[in-house]
Amino acid sequence: METTMQAQPRATTRVASPAVWRLAATELRKMVDTRAGIALLGVIELLVAALVVVQLVTGRAEARTFAGFFSTTLIPVSILLPVLGILSVTSEWSQRTALTTFALVPRRWRVLLSKALAAGVLALFAVCACLATAAAGNVFGIALGRGNGSWHLTPTILGEAMLMQLLFVLMGVAFGTLLQSSPLAIVVYFLIPNAWSVLGNLVAWLRSWAAWLDLNTTTGPLQQGASLTGQSWARVAASAGLWVLVPLGLGLIRLIKGEVK
Amino acid sequence: MINVNRLNKRYGSHVAVDGVSFSCPPGTVTGFLGPNGAGKSTTMRMIVGLTPPSSGSATVHGVPYRSLLNPARQVGLLLDASAQHAGRTGRETLAVSAQTIGIGRHRVDEMLQLVSLSDAAAKRRVGNYSLGMRQRLGLAHALLGGPDVLILDEPANGLDPDGIFWMRGLLREFADRGGTVLLSSHLLHEVEAVADRLVVINGGRIAAEGDKAELLMSAGVRVRAKDGVALKRALASAGIETRATSDGALIAQAPAEAVGQATAAEGIVLVELHPAGGVEELFMALTAANGAREAA
Repeated sequence: METTMQAQPRATTRVASPAVWRLAATELRKMVDTRAGIALLGVIELLVAALVVVQLVTGRAEARTFAGFFSTTLIPVSILLPVLGILSVTSEWSQRTALTTFALVPRRWRVLLSKALAAGVLALFAVCACLATAAAGNVFGIALGRGNGSWHLTPTILGEAMLMQLLFVLMGVAFGTLLQSSPLAIVVYFLIPNAWSVLGNLVAWLRSWAAWLDLNTTTGPLQQGASLTGQSWARVAASAGLWVLVPLGLGLIRLIKGEVK
Repeated sequence: MINVNRLNKRYGSHVAVDGVSFSCPPGTVTGFLGPNGAGKSTTMRMIVGLTPPSSGSATVHGVPYRSLLNPARQVGLLLDASAQHAGRTGRETLAVSAQTIGIGRHRVDEMLQLVSLSDAAAKRRVGNYSLGMRQRLGLAHALLGGPDVLILDEPANGLDPDGIFWMRGLLREFADRGGTVLLSSHLLHEVEAVADRLVVINGGRIAAEGDKAELLMSAGVRVRAKDGVALKRALASAGIETRATSDGALIAQAPAEAVGQATAAEGIVLVELHPAGGVEELFMALTAANGAREAA
């Protein structure tokens, strides 16, 4: 009797909508509360640490600075973190949890916004982990007498690194939203932008387009931590618009109009 | 309160749901019946806004489900017990939803206890659950927000007899306290035991809708007496239509009370008097008839 009491109807008629920050916190939790999510994050951190070790052992001694280690650690993150962004959306379909997610939050754009926010926070955490690992590498470099031990890191380098990771992870979320399938979204995410880069380099008349719309080209200065001109920023914005905002917008339309099964 | 108003769903040229209307008043359990592919799940998904209808509308508490600000606090759903993340533990599955809808953690423990998922079971990943355990978890999930409307698609599927008996009690009590339950099931005896109202759907169309007792009564009552000839005469003189069955009983097209009155007046000793068919017979009659009509 006591237990069935808890099943009695007791709905409250006036309840507030869940706040987006709380939904974002839930989405962040969903990225790390499964074995797959934890494994992917573990692999990224392992690769980050392994690359720092490699850099300690080989390579030029003058690159063994805090900034040098930091730029190395960003490589695996920029490749693999977007996969987590993709999976945060597509797993709703592969695991069929979309049925629950969009029943609990019928205004679907709020779910997508929450996922994007969560992915952004995850990218921030990832950059912090990179900083920590790079710092550890630098400490070892100093202790082993193998590096020049400089701790110099400009705010520009840090800010641009952050922006890059944010762009890539949001691009993952966008592709996941548009394609709603894990394998398809991962393949397309890696294939299409890179194929476009190759084409842009090979075909002469595409080159002027690529300068504006190829994310690899436009973000080149960002990856080097250079300070950008106004035109360079415009190119970054144009390419990010094409590869992040366009798929995100189309994906949102598909999400809102579509059927959730 | 659930109101479904002329819902239609077309996929290309295929009509999955065709002008379906019904309502589920508070304090009742409505059994939603129909063969595979009849449109039950599609209708339920349209009620909760997961599938956009081609035309028509549905409301819960007078408003479309998608307009509810935090629907899980008013409407509990179990649409597919298998649609849970295999890599999450049972407790985590509930905890994620509790966080989404803004309800305390203690409610998660209460619900796990309510559906008899032990602490050890709640710590296991859902991928390792049996179908029965997933159903229990799904029911816990539906009740998590403390709703007063439940929409359950095949919740008894995979439950053991104990579990089915337990769920029957739970739904009955939920409705008796003023809750609204819409329940689809292929376990017809189960529906017969718990439902007050029936909605039968076939080929996307409503085949029957209404009070269970009235619908069952439409199949007549089965009556048998020690003296079969006297029984037949008594009913005929009372103006009650009958037909004989192969085993010597009569099917009378009248309420049981009228049959009882007619026979008591003649001093006839009855050995049987009950509705001629259960939900199963009703279901077969309705869905077979419609199938034949479609084939014609």
